[in-house]
Amino acid sequence: MSNISDVETYEMLYGQLQAVVNRLEQGDLPLAEALMLYEQGTRLAAACQKLLDHAEMRVQELRSDEVYPDLDLEA
Amino acid sequence: MHQALSVSAVTTYLRELLESHPLLGDLWVQGEVAEFKRHAASGHCYFSLKDEGGLVRAVMWRSNAVRLSQLPRMGDLVLAHGYLSLYAPRGELQLYADTLLPAGVGLLYARFEALRARLEAEGLFAIERKRPLPRLPRRIGLVTAPGGAALQDMLTILARRCPLSEVLVAPCLVQGERAPASIVAALTTVYAAGVDLVILARGGGSLEDLWAFNDEAVARAVFASPVPLITGVGHETDTTMVDYVADLRAPTPSAAAELAVPEHDDLSALVWQSRMRLDQSVDALLNRTQADLANARSTIDRHTPLRRLARDRQQVDDLGRHLDRAVDRTTAMRQLALQGLVARLATLSPQATLQRGYAVVRHATTGHVLGSVIGVPSGTPLQIDLRDGTLAAVTVPLAEEESE
Repeated sequence: MSNISDVETYEMLYGQLQAVVNRLEQGDLPLAEALMLYEQGTRLAAACQKLLDHAEMRVQELRSDEVYPDLDLEA
Repeated sequence: MHQALSVSAVTTYLRELLESHPLLGDLWVQGEVAEFKRHAASGHCYFSLKDEGGLVRAVMWRSNAVRLSQLPRMGDLVLAHGYLSLYAPRGELQLYADTLLPAGVGLLYARFEALRARLEAEGLFAIERKRPLPRLPRRIGLVTAPGGAALQDMLTILARRCPLSEVLVAPCLVQGERAPASIVAALTTVYAAGVDLVILARGGGSLEDLWAFNDEAVARAVFASPVPLITGVGHETDTTMVDYVADLRAPTPSAAAELAVPEHDDLSALVWQSRMRLDQSVDALLNRTQADLANARSTIDRHTPLRRLARDRQQVDDLGRHLDRAVDRTTAMRQLALQGLVARLATLSPQATLQRGYAVVRHATTGHVLGSVIGVPSGTPLQIDLRDGTLAAVTVPLAEEESE
């Protein structure tokens, strides 16, 4: 299991995207800076979308004798 | 025994004996209600339970009596829960009841209701304790049977809706005598694993199959969850004890999985929305810049130097005309002066003297005007200007002077 989960990566990127959008919407930026932010924003949006579309759910089983003694599992 | 006991020593001994008895201290009694009375002032209820073979007096304090949905009437067959003790002042055995239910519901249900009432009184179901679910859970703990369809259904739904979320499965027994302990242990394990949402689930089954989820220890373990917990136990119509305790009760395991995570398309829509806002703000900025530019251009047009240039050009023309006039005037004055000088010159000209009969004598080769005889030897070529022409001559010696 990696230290950073997909959700954390997603939320980080999405948070940055929100920040970029908010900054742009304040509207008092020089054109060059605005265009740079716009480019950054489109890249972030694409990365978020890619994560959403291509993530594969990680499933881990927490198995321990205490939790799950040597019984049959029909239930 | 040689010494008599006091009455109160006997009653006290009996009371302690009864109250410490494992069976009589936690007892279900079934019987017919006789002489039910509710004390108007205190709210306590006094009644008797009897059957063909005997009678037990009973009391239910107001604190428990207020939970009765309806007061039992004489002749009702009921199940009562409580403990047996001795009412010393009258030397009477008495059941101190905390729960009273119609006997028809069965003992299982009666137990359930009794526990529910107790846990509710303790505040385990309190609405204000219910926590909101995380908007987007990072790690979800699933506590359920490992082989069941419920687990597969939940995994499928979670993977379809939100594959970003990680899932930890803590398998446990979900029915049978050992199920409650197994469920509690699995819950403890996921709590320790550091999840931010727990789903406790089990597929449908009979009331007896689901019984582990009515267990007091399981209910308390659910209550102890450090993070929001969703239950999805049995079918829609089944309500178990854990459902009351959980932060959110889902009717089925699948429904629990759906409530746990946002829909992929919803998240996608949020990203798309941000993307639209990006486009809009940049469009707006470009439009604004365009407008600023047009504005600046019209300002420049209004202050164009061409107009000044035209004005200046006119001024230059005017100045030019002034200059011309000044020059003309000067020239004319010079002309006049010149004519005056010429006239004066004419009066001084030797020509006028020549007109009067004088001649000008010059040295013919040097052109010098000769005003004296000195330095003019005989034989000097002369040029003599007269009124109407020039004569050439040569000096000769004067005979008279030579003769003297």
